Amino acid sequence: MAELKNVRRELHYFQVRLGVAGALVLIAFAVLFGRFFYLQVIQHKYYDTKAEDNRISIVPIQPNRGLILDRNGVVLARNYSAYTLELTLSKIPDLQGTINALGKLVDISPRDRRRFQKLRDEGKGQDNLPLKTRLTDEEVAVLAANRYRFPGVDIKGRLFRQYPLGELASHVVGYISRIDDRDVEKIEDSDQAANYRGTDHIGKTGLEQSYETALHGTTGFEQVETDAGGRIVQRGTNVRPLAPRTPPVPGNNLALTLDIRLQEAAERAFGENRGALVAIEPATGGILAFVSKPGYDPNLFVDGIDPLNWDSLNNSPDHPLNNRALTGLYPPGSTFKPYMALAALELGKRTPTQTIFDPGYFLFGNNRFRDDKADGHGYVDMYKSIVVSCDTYYYKLADDLGIDNMARFIGQFGFGAKTGIDVEGEFVGVLPSPEWKVKRFKSTPAQQKWFPGETISIGIGQGYNSYTPLQLAQAVATLANDGVMYRPHFVDYVENPVTGERKYVEPQPIKTIPLKEKNLEFVKHAMVGVNKEGTGARAFAGAKYVSAGKTGTAQVVALKKDEKYSEANTAERLRDHALFIAFAPADDPKIALAVLVENAGFGARAAAPVARKVLDYYLLGQGVDRPAAPAPKLSDDDDGDD
Amino acid sequence: MTTATIRQLLERLTAKIDGPLIAIVLAICVLGLFTLYSAAFQAPARFGAQALYMLLALFLMWISAQVHPQTFMRIAVPVFFAVLLMLVGVALFGDVRNGARRWLPLGFASIQPSELMKLAMPLLLAAYFHRHAAALRFREFAIAFVILVIPTAMIARQPDLGTALLVAAAGFYVIFLAGLPWKVIAAGVTAVLASLPILWGVLHDYQRRRFLTLLDPSSDPLGAGYHIIQSTIAVGSGGITGKGWLEGTQTHLEFIPERATDFIFAVYSKEFGLLGATLLLVLYLALIMRGLMITANAPTFFTRLLAGSITLTFFTYAVVNMGMVSGLLPVVGVPLPFISYGGTSLITLSLGVGMLMSIQYHRALVQT
Repeated sequence: MAELKNVRRELHYFQVRLGVAGALVLIAFAVLFGRFFYLQVIQHKYYDTKAEDNRISIVPIQPNRGLILDRNGVVLARNYSAYTLELTLSKIPDLQGTINALGKLVDISPRDRRRFQKLRDEGKGQDNLPLKTRLTDEEVAVLAANRYRFPGVDIKGRLFRQYPLGELASHVVGYISRIDDRDVEKIEDSDQAANYRGTDHIGKTGLEQSYETALHGTTGFEQVETDAGGRIVQRGTNVRPLAPRTPPVPGNNLALTLDIRLQEAAERAFGENRGALVAIEPATGGILAFVSKPGYDPNLFVDGIDPLNWDSLNNSPDHPLNNRALTGLYPPGSTFKPYMALAALELGKRTPTQTIFDPGYFLFGNNRFRDDKADGHGYVDMYKSIVVSCDTYYYKLADDLGIDNMARFIGQFGFGAKTGIDVEGEFVGVLPSPEWKVKRFKSTPAQQKWFPGETISIGIGQGYNSYTPLQLAQAVATLANDGVMYRPHFVDYVENPVTGERKYVEPQPIKTIPLKEKNLEFVKHAMVGVNKEGTGARAFAGAKYVSAGKTGTAQVVALKKDEKYSEANTAERLRDHALFIAFAPADDPKIALAVLVENAGFGARAAAPVARKVLDYYLLGQGVDRPAAPAPKLSDDDDGDD
Repeated sequence: MTTATIRQLLERLTAKIDGPLIAIVLAICVLGLFTLYSAAFQAPARFGAQALYMLLALFLMWISAQVHPQTFMRIAVPVFFAVLLMLVGVALFGDVRNGARRWLPLGFASIQPSELMKLAMPLLLAAYFHRHAAALRFREFAIAFVILVIPTAMIARQPDLGTALLVAAAGFYVIFLAGLPWKVIAAGVTAVLASLPILWGVLHDYQRRRFLTLLDPSSDPLGAGYHIIQSTIAVGSGGITGKGWLEGTQTHLEFIPERATDFIFAVYSKEFGLLGATLLLVLYLALIMRGLMITANAPTFFTRLLAGSITLTFFTYAVVNMGMVSGLLPVVGVPLPFISYGGTSLITLSLGVGMLMSIQYHRALVQT
């Protein structure tokens, strides 16, 4: 009986709930009916007019893209407005005929045609493409008068990106270009789809790409009424539930740590040479100069690049589109030696005063590892080993340290690891170790074994060693900063152009390498010696500040054992790369840099002078001409050994 | 064959078909075909296809009306896990169409397992509560919520917010009807409201934007907002009597996106006006009320929960769709039941109606 009561009570509960649900249904339907009544009776006239007279459409209003400025406010990327001639493909039955007819009104160059064709080929989904950009006032007038003859042809005022300094710092700033199919996919995945409905361009490389979100801004929208032909007859129409007009929010400005005058001095110092330079402020990680030579004119890309220009850039043997500082991989050569010396001191494998005898080679088993100086440097201690860049000293040291110790200690300086810089596409490089080799030759196990002989040439920065110039600069900046490593970054602050609010990029210490002060001081002292009395002395003769440096030469082709390298008889592109790392002032470093000059031979001769000019410019504010006086010498060969 | 045997045969065939339900569904289908003919004037093939889908759907409705409710309960668990497995399959190697991974290729055809979940979810939860009917405590409800959340989240990730919403609603209705304590409901609502500001602070910028787009179509005027504005104009311009059948398309309707599928109600109310819209509201209301009556008379806990959930899901379909088209609710991909073009939703809806019929027919047979 009680159970039956229970069942009945449960049924009652259920029916109460069902009643609640039924009431909800009725309320919801009443609301719907109310809404229909409101729209179809009360507001009927209003909507009927909207429906019958004109078509309402919603047009996006493109936000101003943020500017890019150097540390002193010099503009590196800006916008200007200009009229463009645009074709809506779906509304034009005879495209060639229309283009030819337009060509009779205004000048349409073969280049415009080629570019238009390329845009058509690349952007399959895009209906609206520019035929000619930057129309003159006369052209606008002629086209406007004749527009009625050309359905699907429009003159539109648009904002264009401009890079007023052209090639200068082109690899830093990058460029924007028209959105292609790949970008569309990325945008759809990024929740930005709504924000890009009015946008034709997007950052493709460099800061323009990496800071796309900050630079872009928020697209605004406006309701407009158009007539049957699609021409706007009224703006800011108000059809609920949307606002008649939502203004766009301009993108943020980027202020860089980069000094464009320093950058210019650095790029000029390269002359016609190919190469890279990265200069960092050691105490913050801020990038002061970032060179990859040759550069290119980013303005070529903005409106869609002409295929001829593209081919010449893309197929050039000089690879001007390669960002060498970020993605070029080079052996560090003798610029590796200060880190090797520091490893030896820290791990107790050498004392500064310990001396070896260099006969001009190091024997490892039956293998003879040559020193660059055929008859050897004689007795060499650690100071001299850095100053004259003695290979034999480091062959022997590498053997004593072993590959594991080397990789572990030197890896702390960021060699073979991404620096975390704030642009995309950075390469990792190779810090050689037995583990790396196992991974590298996964598919060919026979080659996985680490041979003790391979350790020897790693010690002088050759062999499998390969790093980006950015990594070399990061490492020397860390050394200059007593082992405290900062994340390198281009952007000092991001500025909201409306409120003026600035978001600073706080210097981010990545880590502090535990180093003994006296060891650090010794290695720095030896690097000062390089520029005072060693391989860098000629380049730094007469400098008005104390600098520390190290020269390096990186082999492009492996030489056969016992074969002496000769600059004159090697084809130019097989010649060695010249390297130089430096920081100054030595006792309180304001700038640390790495220079690489491709196929320029000895680092002392080709790379050190570039470093000198950059340091002079940064520390003295001018490009100082060097006095011709010869520097005091410790070694008898002023190019040293590197 | 004599007329008597024919009549006998007919009687046997239609014995389990519920008169009111079939009448209402057929009436809505007819309205739907008329509207589709007008909306799809540029693609006439769609009309024939939809008519075929309707025949298939009616056949499936008939079949599911023949199945005993006990059988529905018995197959609930295997069906649910089979569909769940298919959802996993979709996530792993589903086809991507229009930017969403929803389809599972089966070689001969593709299916949308998320659509089947609309029935599998209430089936499983109703069976689960039925089994534990003797002692429903906090634990049972907690488990039910877990069962609800997993497939919903998987569907939402495809992404298919409309279907996820319907699956979640179907499941929630079961839990609600099973007797989720009012205190818990009140506490849940309070907790959600209270945690909103905190949650808002934790969200990423893009997540906030996405949320806002959902709530406010004007944050994406060229996408969702454009749909809403055009469909609102269409509904409003219909007036009391409408422009008349096939008249809407002459003027404004070409601007309405998805006008044969999710936005077909814009075409309907433009051509048939407030009178037509009211007729449709009444028909849906009749369908739902008949469903609720069947629910009230259903013999077992399982059938009550199942019938209630199916009925209230119809309600959700209709309200969300019409609310969206008339600019009251955010744009979510939910079709208008028995009217929007498309075979998949038609089939699930009809299977649901068939289940209601089966429950109604067997009400006396199972009663103890």
